[in-house]
Amino acid sequence: MSADQSLSGQTQTTTEPSAAATGDLLGADVEDTDTYLSVEEDEERIYIATPLQMMWWRFIKHKMAIAGGIVVILLYLIAIFAEFLAPYNPETYEVALTYAPPQRLHFFHNGEFQGTPFVYGLTQARNPDTLRMEFQIDETVRYPIRFWVEGDSYKLWGVIPNSRHLFGIGEPIYDASAGEAAETSFSTIFLLGADKLGRDMFTRIIYGSRISLSIGLIGVALSFVFGVVLGGISGFYGGVIDVLIQRIIEFIRSVPSIPLWMALSASLPQDWSNIRVYFGITIILSLIGWTFLARAVRGRFLSMREEEFILAARFAGAGEMRIILRHMVPSFFSHLIASATLAVPAMILSETSLSFLGLGLRPPTISWGVLLQESQNLRSVALAPWLLLPGVFVIITVLALNFFGDGLRDAADPYH
Amino acid sequence: MSSFIFRRLILMVPTLFMISLISFIIIELPPGDYMTSYIANRMAMGDDVRQDEIDALVKQYGLDQPAPVRYTKWLGNVMQGNFGFSFEWQLPVSDLIWERLGLTVVVAFAALIFSWIVGLVIGIFSAVYQYSIGDYIFTALSFVGLGTPNFMLALIMMWVALAYFGTNISGLFSPEFIDQPWSFAKFGDMLKHLWAPAIIVGTAGSAGLVRTMRANLLDELSKPYVETGRAKGLNEMRLVFKYPTRVALNPFVSTMGWALPQLVSGSIIVSVVLSLPTTGPLLLRALLTQDMYLASSFLLMLSTLTIIGTLISDIMLALLDPRIRMGG
Repeated sequence: MSADQSLSGQTQTTTEPSAAATGDLLGADVEDTDTYLSVEEDEERIYIATPLQMMWWRFIKHKMAIAGGIVVILLYLIAIFAEFLAPYNPETYEVALTYAPPQRLHFFHNGEFQGTPFVYGLTQARNPDTLRMEFQIDETVRYPIRFWVEGDSYKLWGVIPNSRHLFGIGEPIYDASAGEAAETSFSTIFLLGADKLGRDMFTRIIYGSRISLSIGLIGVALSFVFGVVLGGISGFYGGVIDVLIQRIIEFIRSVPSIPLWMALSASLPQDWSNIRVYFGITIILSLIGWTFLARAVRGRFLSMREEEFILAARFAGAGEMRIILRHMVPSFFSHLIASATLAVPAMILSETSLSFLGLGLRPPTISWGVLLQESQNLRSVALAPWLLLPGVFVIITVLALNFFGDGLRDAADPYH
Repeated sequence: MSSFIFRRLILMVPTLFMISLISFIIIELPPGDYMTSYIANRMAMGDDVRQDEIDALVKQYGLDQPAPVRYTKWLGNVMQGNFGFSFEWQLPVSDLIWERLGLTVVVAFAALIFSWIVGLVIGIFSAVYQYSIGDYIFTALSFVGLGTPNFMLALIMMWVALAYFGTNISGLFSPEFIDQPWSFAKFGDMLKHLWAPAIIVGTAGSAGLVRTMRANLLDELSKPYVETGRAKGLNEMRLVFKYPTRVALNPFVSTMGWALPQLVSGSIIVSVVLSLPTTGPLLLRALLTQDMYLASSFLLMLSTLTIIGTLISDIMLALLDPRIRMGG
């Protein structure tokens, strides 16, 4: 609906001044021919624009869609360069640092600007009341942030061996008043705290994005294939096949999906390797996800069968396959891409829910859902609320993808 | 009207058949049959399982027969209310599921009511005061509501309730009522606990309803008859509620059909997090321990109840809107 507005807004801005300009022209006002020309150029720009250009112009009018698109691109970049961006390896652990709190980045020490950001050291002390070991921030020792530092060694994309990380901490700087405790403080940078085994949450969330985001893409790609083929058959041939496929879609949609997913993924063999479970889960999710895309494809086929240009192609002697591939698919492909984008967040949410319940991916695989398993225990959440942070990333991702997809859809098809 | 209902009932038959087929496949799916795992379990406990006992069990459950025969036998039993035997609980499945299914329906229904009230009130507000600060706030909130997974909301609410208010919002009954038979006091106690799951499960749905209600009412409010009413000096409250709101209400009933599966799905996960005595935790446990008769019975009954709920909503919609019952 917002695209309708933006489109009508666009035509208005072009037609209104041109009407004014013609009026001026009748009055033979020579000075205004400039505006007249520029308006004509503007109109011409729209006449000769390719559909893709028009889409792009409509898309960039949606501020939220652009913001969403930028966030989505950033998230996928993070997933791609996870090893380099994370300061640690996801399995690097230090039991003494169990549930260490997030360390804040500081710029000022004792009111003085330090030039480079730094974190204060963490020390442990026993709380005299509860007798529990508690973390304290020791402000007498500072760990400055260094970029391009040597750290845990890793293989980028499992191939390129390296040990450089985007950021890490340098040599500690002690205050004159630094006591003995400062010497033994933990030299860590846990921006988002640590988990049960003292592993860095920030690192694990970054690594988790790789699985969580890719399962959305692969799952949607699979549903896309199912949806386009079955929806296409349904819409193109009609008749009994159409009725059958529509009944199946209605059936799948009328059954509560989570129990069905739970049952199906519980029946994946226990001894499967992580990679097989990953693909198994993806297939299970897309077994239900394809229905939405199939509906969209079918609707398009049905409405397009009646269009003149298809009739013209048929009169010109084009074969069925040629009509479908050369004339129909290109005219609704952009719309399909938008629908597929809108299907990604649902996929991500489903994977997260299944893994959270313990029926999806299992540790040592890291996904946001797997990370959230730790927060199932309310006592640990009360102790370490940062265990909920992977969920915040899920919410951000879903919102960004929704805005981005909405904008894409409005741009691809302003009259939906 | 009766022919409409009859037609819908006929259409339900193939759907129910497919549900039963899927439930049966779920029973059969795990590698090895449940008998092997049952026997392995008993062996592990140190029980001595004799061969003739195994044979008797295999015969009793018809495991020596081909799958179609087993399916018809199972279906026949289910029709008579015999859902099989839960190996983990050592109880007939039918003893375990009914109360939990009932409570699942209660939670889903409460969530539906919650999302209707929120969708109605905020949707009307956002449409009437379009582009006001309140509209922007509610729009932003409804987007966040749509993007937040149910279980995440449950976790956050539990944590906030515990950390800042010192209360525990999990469970559906106070401890003293848990093992009590049903009574008015127990029912009242349940109502006191019901708000949290209702809000959590209903949030995603109400966010969607707010969006549709707002869009529909905005469409309606820009129509000439509203303008005419306003020009005649009609009171603004009356103007909004007399016709536009009633026309915009249609999606509330028509979306119930697809809202129900989502509500049931949502209540499953949320009840695991909040440890409600509903289907969720038991279904999860049954699946993790491969107690397949129990799991598939839950799946069967949840799906059937959802289908019936959808049927009811379709009938309601047909009652409201003559175009549907004539054209259908």
